[in-house]
Amino acid sequence: MKGRTNLALLLAVVLLVVLPLWLVERPDPGADGKPGEIFSGADNQARDAIAAVAPDYRPWFSPLLEPASSEIASLLFALQAALGAGFIGYYLGVVTTREKFRRQADRATEKAEEGGGAH
Amino acid sequence: MHIIEGFLPIEHAVGWTLAAVPFVAIGVRQVGRQIRRQPELRMLLGVAAAFAFVLSALKLPSVTGSCSHPTGTGLGAILFGPLAMAPIGAVVLLFQALLLAHGGLTTLGANLVSLAVVGPLVAAGVFRLARRAGASLALGVFLAASLADLMTYVTTSVQLAWAFPDPAGGFAASFAKFAGIFALTQIPLAISEGLLTVVICNALARFNPRELQDLNVLGRREARV
Repeated sequence: MKGRTNLALLLAVVLLVVLPLWLVERPDPGADGKPGEIFSGADNQARDAIAAVAPDYRPWFSPLLEPASSEIASLLFALQAALGAGFIGYYLGVVTTREKFRRQADRATEKAEEGGGAH
Repeated sequence: MHIIEGFLPIEHAVGWTLAAVPFVAIGVRQVGRQIRRQPELRMLLGVAAAFAFVLSALKLPSVTGSCSHPTGTGLGAILFGPLAMAPIGAVVLLFQALLLAHGGLTTLGANLVSLAVVGPLVAAGVFRLARRAGASLALGVFLAASLADLMTYVTTSVQLAWAFPDPAGGFAASFAKFAGIFALTQIPLAISEGLLTVVICNALARFNPRELQDLNVLGRREARV
């Protein structure tokens, strides 16, 4: 029962992620003829908005290290996600095994008690 | 999504940093004390940190046609209280600022306040209120985590609107603009974060019911061992 609930929740998350990809249409090309951008980062859109509100603002600091390319950036993001997911997987492995052993131990004691009663 | 490096005026950058530092410092002390008192909670703290790592690495598409990522800070705030997430959020933000050029060092303070202070405070507050009102664990967790996610980005919008008020419309016009970028994009992501936090909490409630009782997340009668 609980397993099915979790599956339904995960399915809802997948739908929430996939539906925008399908529903949102690419914006028309801009005046410069470049194809419209879709699914760019909200942080970069905020940067453009700042440029519109305060055209004179100049950023006064730039990142010390920048990923050499978007591939390298996605490598590092994947690494971050893998570290987190790895630990959660480790946790689930530990607790499910612990529960399995506890059940086996319970069954063993039950059997031993039954065996003891027959004599 | 965090405020980009260099995109806060220097006085705002300094101010937000000063505002964030005490939360991180108190958070470090509080978490340290709790782990010394109850070492068996280390595993759950690890799960909370790992959850924030995963979720803040996933840039997801949204109905607004742009991408953002969830925060993952609601879980830890529900389990360990709002301040516990400040140091964990700091680790995530530093990793992304130093290695990924995502967020930044000059905007670290502002990003800490939104992601690691306001979000967790909202999560812990909403969770407690919802539970007191009789909500189930799942509903309380969902509301807490998704509202925390959303309020993180509302805070980001406030921070940017404060730093860059619209020349004509002032703070309000500017806030509307930034909220349209950050908060609107975040709505479906916040729902996703709420659902994912419920899934992980279901697992915690099943496998660590006693720890969740100790943390006052689960009521005595709710835990079935």
